[in-house]
Amino acid sequence: MAIDDKTKSELREIAARYPEARSGLLPMLHLVQSVEGRVTSEGIELCAEILGITAAEVSGVATFYTMYKRRPVGDYHVGVCTNTLCAVMGGDAIFERLKGHLDVGNDETTEDGKITLEHVECNAACDYAPVVMVNWEFMDNQTPESATQLVDDLRAGKEVQSTRGPKICTWREAERVLAGFPDGRADDGPAAGPASLVGLEIAREQGWTAPEANNA
Amino acid sequence: MTVTTGSTDGVEKVDLVTVTIDGIQVSVPKDTLVIRAAEQVGVQIPRFCDHPLLAPVGACRQCLVDVPDAGNGRGFPKPQASCTLPVAEGMVVHTQATSPVADKAQQGIMEFLLINHPLDCPVCDKGGECPLQNQAMSNGRGETRFEGVKRTFPKPINISPQVLLDRERCIVCQRCTRFASEIAGDPFIELVERGAQQQIGIAENAPFLSYFSGNVIQICPVGALTSAEYRFRSRPFDLVSSPSIAEHDSCGSAIRVDHRRGKVMRRLSGNDPEVNEEWITDKDRFAFHYANQPDRLTYPQVRDEDGSLRPASWPEAFAVAARGLRAAGSSAVLTGGRLTAEDAYAYSKFARVALGTNDIDFRSRPLSAEEASFLASEVVLRTPSQGAVSFSDLESAKTVVLVGLEPEDEAGAIFLRLRKAVTAGTTRVVSIAPYATRGLTKLAGELVRTAPGEEAAAIAALDVDADTVLLVGERLATSPGALSAAAESGARLAWVPRRAGDRGAVETGCLPNLLPGGRPVSDAAARVDAATTWGVDSLPDSAGRDADQIVAALVAGELGGLVIGGVDPDDTSDPAATRAAIEAASFVVALELRETDVTRAADVVFPVAPVTDKAGMFVTWEGRPRTFDAVFSNPNSLPDLRILAGIAEELDLSLGFRTVAEARAQMEEMGPWDGARAAHSPVPTSSTTGDGLAVSTWKLLVDNGSMQDGDKAYLATGRAPVARLSRSAYDAVGPTVTLTGDRGSVTLPAEPADLADGVVWVPANSFGRGVLADLASPGSRVTVKGANQ
Amino acid sequence: MPDTLTPVLTDNWGDDRAWTLASYAARGGYSALDKAFAMDPDAIIAAVKDSGLRGRGGAGFPTGMKWGFIPQDNPKPKYLVVNADESEPGTCKDIPLMMASPHTLVEGVIISSYAIRANKAFIYIRGEVLHVIRRVQNAVREAYDAGHLGKNIHGSGYDLDVVVHAGAGAYICGEETALLEGLEGRRGQPRLRPPFPAVAGLYASPTVINNVESIASVPSIIGNGASWFSSMGTEKSKGYGIFSLSGHVKKPGQYEAPLGITLRTLIDLAGGMREGHELKFWTPGGSSTPILTAEHLDVPLDFEGVGAAGSMLGTRALQIFDDTTCVVRAVLRWTEFYKHESCGKCTPCREGTWWLVQTLAALEKGQGSEADLDLLLDQCDNILGRSFCALADGAVSPISSSIQYFRDEYVAHLTHGGCPFDHTASTLFAAEGANA
Repeated sequence: MAIDDKTKSELREIAARYPEARSGLLPMLHLVQSVEGRVTSEGIELCAEILGITAAEVSGVATFYTMYKRRPVGDYHVGVCTNTLCAVMGGDAIFERLKGHLDVGNDETTEDGKITLEHVECNAACDYAPVVMVNWEFMDNQTPESATQLVDDLRAGKEVQSTRGPKICTWREAERVLAGFPDGRADDGPAAGPASLVGLEIAREQGWTAPEANNA
Repeated sequence: MTVTTGSTDGVEKVDLVTVTIDGIQVSVPKDTLVIRAAEQVGVQIPRFCDHPLLAPVGACRQCLVDVPDAGNGRGFPKPQASCTLPVAEGMVVHTQATSPVADKAQQGIMEFLLINHPLDCPVCDKGGECPLQNQAMSNGRGETRFEGVKRTFPKPINISPQVLLDRERCIVCQRCTRFASEIAGDPFIELVERGAQQQIGIAENAPFLSYFSGNVIQICPVGALTSAEYRFRSRPFDLVSSPSIAEHDSCGSAIRVDHRRGKVMRRLSGNDPEVNEEWITDKDRFAFHYANQPDRLTYPQVRDEDGSLRPASWPEAFAVAARGLRAAGSSAVLTGGRLTAEDAYAYSKFARVALGTNDIDFRSRPLSAEEASFLASEVVLRTPSQGAVSFSDLESAKTVVLVGLEPEDEAGAIFLRLRKAVTAGTTRVVSIAPYATRGLTKLAGELVRTAPGEEAAAIAALDVDADTVLLVGERLATSPGALSAAAESGARLAWVPRRAGDRGAVETGCLPNLLPGGRPVSDAAARVDAATTWGVDSLPDSAGRDADQIVAALVAGELGGLVIGGVDPDDTSDPAATRAAIEAASFVVALELRETDVTRAADVVFPVAPVTDKAGMFVTWEGRPRTFDAVFSNPNSLPDLRILAGIAEELDLSLGFRTVAEARAQMEEMGPWDGARAAHSPVPTSSTTGDGLAVSTWKLLVDNGSMQDGDKAYLATGRAPVARLSRSAYDAVGPTVTLTGDRGSVTLPAEPADLADGVVWVPANSFGRGVLADLASPGSRVTVKGANQ
Repeated sequence: MPDTLTPVLTDNWGDDRAWTLASYAARGGYSALDKAFAMDPDAIIAAVKDSGLRGRGGAGFPTGMKWGFIPQDNPKPKYLVVNADESEPGTCKDIPLMMASPHTLVEGVIISSYAIRANKAFIYIRGEVLHVIRRVQNAVREAYDAGHLGKNIHGSGYDLDVVVHAGAGAYICGEETALLEGLEGRRGQPRLRPPFPAVAGLYASPTVINNVESIASVPSIIGNGASWFSSMGTEKSKGYGIFSLSGHVKKPGQYEAPLGITLRTLIDLAGGMREGHELKFWTPGGSSTPILTAEHLDVPLDFEGVGAAGSMLGTRALQIFDDTTCVVRAVLRWTEFYKHESCGKCTPCREGTWWLVQTLAALEKGQGSEADLDLLLDQCDNILGRSFCALADGAVSPISSSIQYFRDEYVAHLTHGGCPFDHTASTLFAAEGANA
């Protein structure tokens, strides 16, 4: 697949955001993924050419960060947190259930090309454990049953809403946002999930506040 | 005669810092790293990633030491990597020699390194000279505690046609990647993947094609990097190592020749901080098989009555040669630029004393009278010890201007030293050249875009001061007025020829206008001085013919005899004319290593010793003498000077030497000329115009040169020949072009470059028999069209 | 004596459309900005120093002092880089902060950049939090539109541009110099120090790198005064902080309180442990901080208190595990995490984590012998303080601390011939009667 001129100019646009063009490489590779469905060698060579560095240097970067994929990713990247806390709270069980249900192993894609399953590391939502990420949107407080339903809905093309975010978009669309091209969904979803607010609610109930400002 | 070694650098004042290492006080310059300060007190701290010519990285952690006092009264709570820790006044360091903490820390690191290292030392090329193996013995535990699963990778992968990578053995110290990016500027190898899977890698379809790639093999502290050329061929402990000097360019790089039972097995870089530091080009490293090709001459031959060459004894060959030259009447001498200074001296003296002529020239390539004048007035006898430009001056100069010189191709050690200077931020590089080469880009250099022939004007337009160094390449000989402009520029000037023997040939008088030691032929006192040393009544007093004139005179029958050594006709200004001259000569004595067009046409052929079989001296572009000893003792392999002495004796003359040592002693006795130098006769610039494209050309580092024969892997690392055109010309004629000049046509892939319109660049010796034989005469123009037009 | 909980950063999280500029401004957002512009930049640095704010990203280095290290006579541009690469297992405070109130961060970025005389700031957000990135991108755009960013902000003559930069999956980029490498488009491997980023950071220019929560705290310090901030907390650990409770408590979530609060208080607030279970072990500040047990319930959660208890306050990521949890399994999983996230640069981390995982995995399966525990501890000893950065120090923390407190449980795996725990019992859904 050839990367089109629009993408090339967007890659240059990313590089131009920074005082030194090479800083754009991480978002540029996100953009390559949004177009190519993975990091291709064509994408690597193009980034190298735009940045004036070698393809080996780009490869070194592309293989360092785990969000960059060398095999095609499905429409939905389903990441099950199996770091200790989520694993203990049920992440392991969810991951095992999904592997069986989808008949794929870790970092594999279903035959219909819809779902890529991967166990992921801590995604900073421990108070919502166990957590599943779909295209890097939060799906909080999952169970094996809810996760199974989730992937079934995704495969069936049903609309799925993140528990703390918008309707789930495709992986490629998500990668485009990560490249710095907003998709207009920032206002979707709540400000905070329930767990984020528990302390605040107790404080409100108890009338606890920070001290008054002393404008000295 | 020539020169003494020694640096011109003054002694710099350095701030000293006193530290105590293992109870021993030592004062070292400020900013010295603890690992090197420890060497001063005789303590070798084990290390892998550390390399004195690479920036500290602190990756392997093998060099941990205990620092109970950092110089401020407080210690570090944990062991510190001594390769990244600079000394501080009053610092106290305990190495593994005195500290159980440091010793355990080092043993711990070693154990970690070994858990994933294969136990294949018995079949590993590095076994026996392996820093990991050695330091595991000195600083590791005897038995492993690891009982788990080792990391495995498929066994070696090619990262270039020449370099193989065994990822299992790699300890990811990053020496190779750091060399590639910091030193060579060729970051085609990089760390890829991460964590335990981290490895050295290349991009798809982008092999590690660096002219300096072999250095990474040498600095790899394990057997992870090997060469296709040497892999599995020998054990280090079976090798004998001899220091030598590389014969491929005028840099005089120190090398180490490793050999076994009379055969060179590999070559490594030597370590000479004043010259090549610890790096050599791949040509210096891998191009040594030329001396052992099947066409190597091993015995003298004379032309029989039936017209064929037949083997002859040495005495017979000497006698036939002498008889033939005596009968030929006027004779001339052509030497290539590959001779040692002693051999060149022998040719020079032989021409004057035995043949009675100044018709001698080492320049078996396009040349000019302006150049001969320039060499006599501006180059000969100038040495670093007398203030001439040296390698280290390239680091201190504010600006280095390159004219007619592409160091990455033509003088690799200069390229690396310039890169070092540029990286350090001390030096700016300017290149007067037709386009910005990859080499210039790696030097962050500024291009003064110049069409061939316009160099003189470009030099004159330079803003030059006394801190500017001007490096002029031998190619400037074909640009009228350019060397004159260089001589008048006011910059510090150095002439950088391509071949190892060129500068020595200048010093020893293999020129029509110079006698040995810079004595001008035109100076009667100088002639008398030389004649006196040589014990002859007089020397020929008229300036001789240069190489082109010798060729013309042979063709015209004005000269009869020719003594020729180390000349490839295809290198000369007019290859066809040179061949015709050899044919036309009434008697040709050829001294050669291998059978060539010249030897096939000669009347007497003498095999000469390759550099491995003789002692000798090359003089670097700086004027620095670089002597080396014979690697092998091979009584049947004689240096040129011994053969010339033999012929002279048959002419009832004595050259006064039969051995290299005797020749060198005579050269020293003769010494440099202390009279007036020849003055330069300036030549005005003359711009060439005409139809078609001006041709810019030089020889790539890796090309079809015969001294690169014999290593397929090495040759496969060369750059594919392309014709470079301006963008607009490229767009007009497309990706494949046919160039047609006065000597032929050639079809090549084309590439756009930032050339001026009206200029085409082609590599000089990467297709057919090269530009001069197959495309265009020096200074001529070519036409270009699309290959399908 | 302040109240038990002191919502400052979390105070507006429940507001309607809290992430918008309109909502933030409605409760006085961006008013600290004008106050700041009326001050000399050095006075802001002094105020942050006086407040006693210590870095909220784990290390606890005094923020004002860090700013003071920027050599203002250096002619190169200065940069502020916000470390929003929140990846330490258990840590989950910056992500909800940026999702709920990204403008708090943006306002902090503006004041902090002004203080250090930076005209360009970067917010490096880990890539795996798409909606958070949307919210921050949006907030930055809103701030530009409202004149809080760009040229001549609020007529002050001060210019600032902010770039939101998405990472791509590397825990190590939470280490500040590795983050700079990532931000420069390189492999996220830590740099040699010195030079420190304050002298030669991003593009070898003077750079301040601060955690999200640290920068987000700045508007409140400038708005309310340094002494307001320092009236909270303990002697050397001033102010408030977000405490993130996760795991086997009834109400996991974010609790913003003065530093020095105890886990006992926090668990009480969180409704106690899961019904019928007891606290077994917990991390005070993420998985890199040595685990603690029920005996440490009353340790004041400030830098000194937790340090004295043999661990570190870290990011106040309180992961709470009850008696159903197998500590060996927990530690093995963390170790696998460190192995996965080791950047590979240095030997002890790269090879050490490879070996640790194998040794622990065998022990968890009940293989090996008790001597392997000593081998494990010796490996830890050969890693701790020997590696290039602190990642490997973090990797050995759970191992050595868990052997310290739960050696018997390791041995039990050997005698039992495997893990004696029912892993189902520790799941969230076990309590609900669900089964995996």
